[in-house]
Amino acid sequence: MSFVQKLLDGHEGGLKHESLTPMQKVALRFVVIGLLYYGLASLEGMIMRLYEIKPIPLIDETHFFSIMTVHPMVGIFGSSYMIVFGAFLFLVPYLMNKPIFSVKLANISWISIALGTFIMWLAGFLFSYAPLYTLYWPLPADTKQFSAIGGVVYIVGVVGIMIGTFLYTYNIFKTILYTPKGWEKQPAGALLRSALGLEGLLNFFRREKKEHLVPLPIAAISRGTIDMGLNAVVISSAGVLILIYLLGTLFGAELKDTWVDALLYKNIFWWGLDLIADGLVLIFVAGTWYLLAMLITGTKELFMQNIARAALFVEMVVSWTVWSHHLMSDQGQSNTLKVLSGEVVTAFELVTQGIAVFITLYTLYKARPLKMTNELKFLLGGILGFMLAVPAGIIQADLGMNRVLHNTQWIIGNHVHVAILVGLTMTLYSAIYVLFPILTNGAKLYSQKLANWHFWLHLIGGIGMGAFMGMAGIDGMLRRAIYTNGEYSTYMILAGICGMMIFVAFLLFLYNIVMSVGVKGLVGIYQPSKIDTNECLVTEKG
Amino acid sequence: MADSIDVLSTLKLVYTIYALIAISLIGWFYTRITKSPQKEGGIKPPLFYAYIAVLVVVGTGLHFLTYNVVPWVPIDLNRANLESHKIYKITFKDHQIIPDERPMVVECGKKVVFEAVSEDLTYGFGIFRKNHTMVTQMQVVPGSKNDLMWEFHKNGTYYIRSTEYSGPKGTKMIVEDAIVVTGCSENDIHTDHKGVGK
Repeated sequence: MSFVQKLLDGHEGGLKHESLTPMQKVALRFVVIGLLYYGLASLEGMIMRLYEIKPIPLIDETHFFSIMTVHPMVGIFGSSYMIVFGAFLFLVPYLMNKPIFSVKLANISWISIALGTFIMWLAGFLFSYAPLYTLYWPLPADTKQFSAIGGVVYIVGVVGIMIGTFLYTYNIFKTILYTPKGWEKQPAGALLRSALGLEGLLNFFRREKKEHLVPLPIAAISRGTIDMGLNAVVISSAGVLILIYLLGTLFGAELKDTWVDALLYKNIFWWGLDLIADGLVLIFVAGTWYLLAMLITGTKELFMQNIARAALFVEMVVSWTVWSHHLMSDQGQSNTLKVLSGEVVTAFELVTQGIAVFITLYTLYKARPLKMTNELKFLLGGILGFMLAVPAGIIQADLGMNRVLHNTQWIIGNHVHVAILVGLTMTLYSAIYVLFPILTNGAKLYSQKLANWHFWLHLIGGIGMGAFMGMAGIDGMLRRAIYTNGEYSTYMILAGICGMMIFVAFLLFLYNIVMSVGVKGLVGIYQPSKIDTNECLVTEKG
Repeated sequence: MADSIDVLSTLKLVYTIYALIAISLIGWFYTRITKSPQKEGGIKPPLFYAYIAVLVVVGTGLHFLTYNVVPWVPIDLNRANLESHKIYKITFKDHQIIPDERPMVVECGKKVVFEAVSEDLTYGFGIFRKNHTMVTQMQVVPGSKNDLMWEFHKNGTYYIRSTEYSGPKGTKMIVEDAIVVTGCSENDIHTDHKGVGK
C-alpha cells in the first residue's frame, strides 16, 4: 500500500467511522479539536521560548504579550478542557451503563468551546489584545494600551467557552441523575450524595458502610465538574464587567476604573481561577488515575477506596478556600488569609495529591506483573509530573519563599508547566491510549516505535524545560518580562531545546494517530452518525 | 543573617535532590511493575496512615521552618507592630517608577519601609542585585496599601524593577542604582558598591 493510500485509509483499514455511535463521534470530535489546539498552544510556546532566547524581529513586544495572553487560554480551554470533556462525556454514561442525557447538548458544547477559543485567539492575533489571562484590574479595560474592539472580541470568545462549559456541566449532572426512558425511577438524591462524595465521607465514620451508587471515577468527575461550573460563573462575571467598561469606551461613556476595587477583584478572580488550577485539575487527575489504574489492572477495588473518596471531598473544600496563595505578595491582603488560606490550606494539596499518588501506585503494584503498555507508561509519567509540581507549588505558597519566587520563572516552570505538560497532559495521553480502541471500535495503532519516541521526548522535554525555567527563576528571571541582553541565555537555550522536544513529540504523536485512523476516518468523525442511539456503544445493549 | 541568595541556593539544592529521588522512585517502579512478585504480602493500613501523617507534617512544617529560619517572615507578619527607621515613598504611574528620593540610602540593619502607591494599574515593586537575583518584592495594587518592611545586612547598590505585568511597556520599568545600603561589615558580592563605604 502506498504512503498516500495509507494516509487516506489508515493503518489496517483505519477508522470505520460508519460504525461509530453518536456518542463515540462526539467524544472523538472533542479530542481531535483538543489535540489540534494543543498543537497551537505548543507552537505558541515554542515561539515564546525562542523569543526568550533572543527577541524575534518579526514579533514586537505587544504581540509577544498577546501570544502570552492566548497561550494558556488555548492550552487550558481549547485543549485540556476539550480532551477532558470528550473523555468524561463518554465515560460517565459508559461507566454508569446508561445513555447520555443529550448528544445534542454535547455537540453544542464542543462547537461552542472550539469557536470560542478561536475567537478569543483572534483577539490576540488580529488586535494584539494582551492583558494576560490574569486580567488584573484595570488592565483588561485599559484602552490606552489595547484596542477596545480587541477586548470585546476576546470577551466574546471567552463567553463562547463558558457557554460550552455550562452545557457540559449540565449534561454531566443530568446524565448521572436522570431516569432514561423505560428505566425504573432513579434515586436522584442518593445518586447526587454519592456523586458528591458525601456518602464516602459518612462511610468513613460509619460502622456499617453503605454501598456507593456511583463508581469512584464518577465521584471525581462530579466534584471537579462543580468547580468547573463555579469557575465559569466567576470568569463570566469578570467578562461582563470588562465588557461593560469596553463598551462604555466605544460608546463614549466615561466609566472610572476606580469604581472597582482592584484587590477585591483580584481575590474574587483568583478564587474562581483556583477552582481550576487547584481544584478540578487535581480532582479530575486523581479520578482519572483511579480509573486508569482500575482499567489497566482489571481490578474493581482500589486500595483504601473510602479514603480516596474522602480525599476527593477534602480536595473540593481545599479548592474553595485555597486562593490566597496567589496574593501572598499583596501587602493589602490580610495576614490571616495569607497564613490560613495561602499556607495551611494549600499544604493540604500535598496531602490529597499524595494520597492519590500512593493509592494509584499501590493498586498498580499489587497487580504485578503488568505489561508496559502506552497507557501505563504515560500514567507513570503523569504521576511523576505531579510528584514534582505539587511540592514546588507548596514551596512557593510559603510567606518566606513567595517573597523571592512570586512572578518568577520558578512558578511557571517548575510548578505550572511541569504540572500541566508532564502531570496533566501525560495523564490525558494515557486516557487517550486507553480510550482509543474503545472509541474507534478497535482501530490499530500505526507505530509503537513512534509512541515510544513520543513518550520519552515528551517526558524528558517537559521535565527539562520546567527545570531550566525554574533555575532561571531562582536566579531572578521574571515570568512576564523580556530580557534583551542575554541575562539568562544559557537557561533559555536549554529550556528551548527541551521545548522543541515536546513539540516534536506532539508532531510524532499526531502523525501516528493520523496514520492509524486515516484522513477519511478523521473527516468521517465530523459527519453525522448513521446509528440512532444515545448509548455509548452499540454492543452494550444492542 | 540569611539573605535571598542563601535561601534560594538552599531551595535549588533541596529541590534538585527531591526531584532526583522522585524520578528514581518512578524509574524503579517502571522496571519493577512488569516483573512477577517475589513474595506475597502488602502494605498495611497503618503504614498508609503514617504516610498521610508525614505529608501533613511536611506540608505544614515547611511554614514553621521558614518562620524561624527566613528572617523576613516574622518581620512581614508583624510589620504593623514594628517601628520603622525610615519610610521610602515610591509612586507608580504611566509605566514609570518614581521614587521620592534617589538613591534611597538605607542604613545597615535598620528596619525600613518601602511604601508604593499606584495611580493607575497593578504593578510590582522588586529589588534586584546587579547579577539580577531578586532581593525582595511586593505587588503594587491601585487603591490598596502596599508597604514592605525590610532589613538589609550587606552593603550594596540595587536596582528596582516592576515585577508585575502592566502591559508591554511595563517590561522596561527599571530604575538603576535606586537603593544604596551602607554601614554594614559585609559587602553583597553579587552587586556593586557605588558610593558605599564600610
